[in-house]
Amino acid sequence: MFKKWLGLLVLVLWGLGAASLAFAQDPSGAATLAQNPQAPVDYVWILVCGFLVFFMQAGFAMVETGFCRAKNATNLMAKNTIDFIIASLFFMVFGFAIMMGQDFKGLFGTTGWFLHGSEYDVGRYLMFFWQLVFAGTAATIVSGAVAERLKFPAYLIYSAVVSLIIYPLYGHWVWGGGWLSKLPFGVGHVDFAGSGVVHTVGGFVGLAGAILLGPRFGKFGKDGKPKAIPGHSITLAALGTFILWFGWFGFNPGSTFSAHQLRIAVIAVNTNLAAAAGAAVALLLVFAKTKKWDVGMMLNGCLAGLVAITAPCAWVEAWAAVVIGLVAGTLVVLSVYFWEAMRVDDPVGAVSVHAINGVWGLISVGLFADGTYGLGNTNAPFVKGLFYGGGTGQLIAQLIGAGVCVAWAFGLGLILFKVMDMCFGIRVSPEEELKGLDIPEHGTPAYPNFYTTNT
Amino acid sequence: MKKIEAVIRIEKLEEITDALEKLGYPGMMVTRIEGHGRQKGLVEQFRGREFKVNFLPKIKIEIVVNDHDIEKITKAIIDNAKTGAIGDGKIFIYNVENVIRIRTGEKGEQAI
Repeated sequence: MFKKWLGLLVLVLWGLGAASLAFAQDPSGAATLAQNPQAPVDYVWILVCGFLVFFMQAGFAMVETGFCRAKNATNLMAKNTIDFIIASLFFMVFGFAIMMGQDFKGLFGTTGWFLHGSEYDVGRYLMFFWQLVFAGTAATIVSGAVAERLKFPAYLIYSAVVSLIIYPLYGHWVWGGGWLSKLPFGVGHVDFAGSGVVHTVGGFVGLAGAILLGPRFGKFGKDGKPKAIPGHSITLAALGTFILWFGWFGFNPGSTFSAHQLRIAVIAVNTNLAAAAGAAVALLLVFAKTKKWDVGMMLNGCLAGLVAITAPCAWVEAWAAVVIGLVAGTLVVLSVYFWEAMRVDDPVGAVSVHAINGVWGLISVGLFADGTYGLGNTNAPFVKGLFYGGGTGQLIAQLIGAGVCVAWAFGLGLILFKVMDMCFGIRVSPEEELKGLDIPEHGTPAYPNFYTTNT
Repeated sequence: MKKIEAVIRIEKLEEITDALEKLGYPGMMVTRIEGHGRQKGLVEQFRGREFKVNFLPKIKIEIVVNDHDIEKITKAIIDNAKTGAIGDGKIFIYNVENVIRIRTGEKGEQAI
């Protein structure tokens, strides 16, 4: 019976494929090249940046496993891999169409299902690849916040829902010509490379998961006081941070979606400055508190700076990038202590890095945008914030967008994890959690020749 | 016959082994252990929060010797293990009832 259905499905897909050939626009790229001889430099630029963004998956995997215990390392590798696998397939089936298809009343896209028909075109495939690596990034942020206690099947379902609905719909509102991009304030809500679309979305879905899961055993003492659960490898966490930092040089400059936008140089410098400022201030703040040079928090501070500069990177100048990074580094330290005080356990600081600083990044556009660059091109309308005489219009647009983003991601995150919890329970058994998820869930310890369960 | 059981700092093992080699000794057992003395562990830090490490890594050396070698060998261990700071370790000395060399079946002091 199953085989019969499978056969039918293959036939239908084959039929769709054949139909797509009939309506193909430019699958070979020859017509695109003839029409625009300068296209190759753009294609190479966008693809190389896309490959860098893909590599950020490795960065997330290393940061998360480094900050967690060795007994859960296999599980974190599994989650960080499977979310990109699921995102790839589901984004091809539905996600891309919802996000970047023909707009319907500013709410969602309606064309491009299965990447077939008129989508069989080099330009659309380029766009698909670029949006896919971003969707994968949004999905993988969550695994850090729910680490060491979420059931693997729950993570599979979560990844599918994020790449089918949560990410593409909000993405359409900002990047697909949706209603947020057309707000009647400033130039409409803008988010250059995705502080909101990628990081705030991922961060707040993660927060919803962390709240509903509850803290790990041993995170809070009997008196309710938070305790540190040290990760098993600062070396891997630092490597992961460097990979992410490197990947961000694709994430932000590539978001021009054109190598002809020489603004990419400004974007790369701003990206780097914010990362450095965030790392420095986080390091110094914890030193002031504990008199120790805390590397874990410095790594979080670096990532916080990168998340924050992601939205404003194309519209601000160097000094503003430094200020944005300094605020991000401060926010991440305060946020880590705040969520601990609220008894929310976020093992790797994903909420503090991505959720909180994603919002800050969106707001900072409304403050620091200097009016020298437009909406992904050098033409008017230029994006201008409060400190450059742009008035409060852009700031209002940014605040509305940030508010919608938080409500959307956190609300849907809560519903998603709550429904799964009611259906089959999202948290592993206490025995499994103490043993570590690697052997009960996967049968494979990450480090078979070492003791890994002593803490 | 006595057994000398010395708990020492990890980094002191090499110096002690060198000293014992010059002195001549029958053989030794080395174990990597965790534990603490009166100092009761250390405070470490992770992502802005301090935490207590109750059991510190240490090395345990066991050497079985003839009664007249005890002074010599314990002195060598103390001379090389001592830094004067908390955490230098301890030496325990036990009576040993018998020793048997498995290969030859020799017993007592001859088997040491």
